[in-house]
Amino acid sequence: MQTIWDRYKFAIIAAIAVLVVLASTLFVTPETKQAVIVRTGEPHSIVNMFDPEDPYGQTGAGFWWRIPFVDRVQMVERRVLDLDMDNQQVLTSDQQRLRVNAYARFRIIQPVTMVERAGDENRLRSQLSPILTSVLRQELGRRTFASLLTAERGTAMTNIRDTLDRQAREYGAQIIDVRIKAADLPEGTPLEAAFTRMISDRQEQAETIRAQGRKNAQIIRAEADADAANTYADAYGKDPDFYDFYRAMESYRQTFINGEGGSSMVLDSDNEYFNQFRGR
Amino acid sequence: MKHWGLAMAGKKNPWGTPGKRGDDSVPDPDTPSGEKSDGPRNPWLPGGGSDNAGKRRSASIEDIFKNRGPEGPRRSGGPGGPQFRLPQGPGGRNLVPWIIGGLAAIWIIATSVHFVQPGEEAVVTRFGGKYVDTFGPGTNVSFPWPISQVDKENVIEIRTEEVPTKLILTGDQNLVDLSYSVRWNIDDLTLFQFQLADPIETVREAAETAMRSSVAEKTLDNVISGEGRADVEQNVRTRIQAILDGYGAGIAVQGVEIDKTDPPERVIEAFNDVLAAQQDAERELNRARRYAQQVLARAEGDAEAFNQIYAEYRMAPEVTRRRLYYETMEAVLSNTDKTVIDADGVTPYLPLREVERGRQNSNPAPAQERPRQ
Repeated sequence: MQTIWDRYKFAIIAAIAVLVVLASTLFVTPETKQAVIVRTGEPHSIVNMFDPEDPYGQTGAGFWWRIPFVDRVQMVERRVLDLDMDNQQVLTSDQQRLRVNAYARFRIIQPVTMVERAGDENRLRSQLSPILTSVLRQELGRRTFASLLTAERGTAMTNIRDTLDRQAREYGAQIIDVRIKAADLPEGTPLEAAFTRMISDRQEQAETIRAQGRKNAQIIRAEADADAANTYADAYGKDPDFYDFYRAMESYRQTFINGEGGSSMVLDSDNEYFNQFRGR
Repeated sequence: MKHWGLAMAGKKNPWGTPGKRGDDSVPDPDTPSGEKSDGPRNPWLPGGGSDNAGKRRSASIEDIFKNRGPEGPRRSGGPGGPQFRLPQGPGGRNLVPWIIGGLAAIWIIATSVHFVQPGEEAVVTRFGGKYVDTFGPGTNVSFPWPISQVDKENVIEIRTEEVPTKLILTGDQNLVDLSYSVRWNIDDLTLFQFQLADPIETVREAAETAMRSSVAEKTLDNVISGEGRADVEQNVRTRIQAILDGYGAGIAVQGVEIDKTDPPERVIEAFNDVLAAQQDAERELNRARRYAQQVLARAEGDAEAFNQIYAEYRMAPEVTRRRLYYETMEAVLSNTDKTVIDADGVTPYLPLREVERGRQNSNPAPAQERPRQ
């Protein structure tokens, strides 16, 4: 060992020195990052800058070099990033309050601008977040509550995206889209009012159904009565006179036999019934 | 790097020892432990092991210099040569290169052959940087780590995002309690790995957006009904896919399933009342239909009875009429109290008390016939 050391002393020292120099000179940029080389405080160059035309494998990712101790490498996201907005109360043009939860997706396309104006991704987010909120408020405030629920929301979102995008470009970012994740009625009065309306809607519906049921039942009964009357008329109409007699007979039976309570009759002997009785 | 460290340690130990010995030389009790750390070298030592061990036990600066010093008196001691030489093979060859070589071979094989399972893919990057290749299922060979970094991922497996129950506004400004799940898998592994900072969160947010805008296009009744639900599911799936494609997410949405659509709890009673009303109406209709059946059947029965008797009557009108008359009268009068009076000459005396009595006996009293003789 001693001999190896003696013999290759300089080679070994040189190898270590080379490794140290390489380690502080070379750096790897992943496909997911863009590297900004900051030379003595000034952004100097960009490695693996985003370009939609470059397929993966032909981007600038991989090894690159810097001047040790002079260049600082700042990694900036190359992927699509998420800007979340907390729940915000928005007043629509018809004075309805709406609780809106939105998000924007963006990408840093000018890393140098981003590093100069914002610093890093988190600070960029905190710069963009209030802009998103105010743009959203403004744009949604111009629309009615009902239109926010329908497809017209699409144009609202495009407007918001364009406005936010103009602002974001100042920071070297591009807004890909802005979307409303949730548009809800705020807790309290508006939500309660909606519930009350739903309940009264349903009550009305229930009453309508019941009334319809009663109406239809009535119609069915009336039709049956009419049909029955028709049947009777067909039969009895053949001889109204006989019907009169026949029905009277039936009626007597009904009244005097099946009727409640006993009956007493005072009969005149002139009654037709006694015709034979008198022996004529 | 780990492997480099190992190789260095092998070399370093012999050098380090003298220095260490020098430090430890004064307190002797420490020395044995120091020796033990050198222990692993023992097996490598050639035949004169016991000899060496004896020397080591009494290790001291003197010993070290005895062996180290080029002019040491006992330099030509053991058959194994100087004690602090590198371990040697039986043939007197140096073994260290072989060890290093072996470890390197293991490392190269272990990190450059990749078995990618069916349904998996692997993204290969150079030093974790530049994208080089995508491995499909099977056996693949890359440069050893860390030159090639290989990240395997299952691309066929369907992943499910469950979205718990939430209140969602419908197009008619009602609210519905809705929970659903999204099934997706990786469509393009490179996009999936390199495009989005947080793909799973993105799927969730895209799903939420898509679901809310799709539900907002439907009325509440539509959403709750089975047919509308299928519509919404289809619609949401298309929308999520469009949003994700806009980001180049490399994700394929396989399906959206609505698990539950209910009216909000606060209003569920009113909804149930509608169901009750439907049943009420149905009951009402049934009752009416029953009545109609009865009335019609009765009418037909009556008409038929009349027709029958009328047919008889037509054959012998007078006789039939009489017969009917007498039969009826007989039935009627045999069942009632009767008082027959003659209108001519006799002052009619109405025995009202009798009549009263007859009425009170609900069962027909014996006939009180006072026929005029």
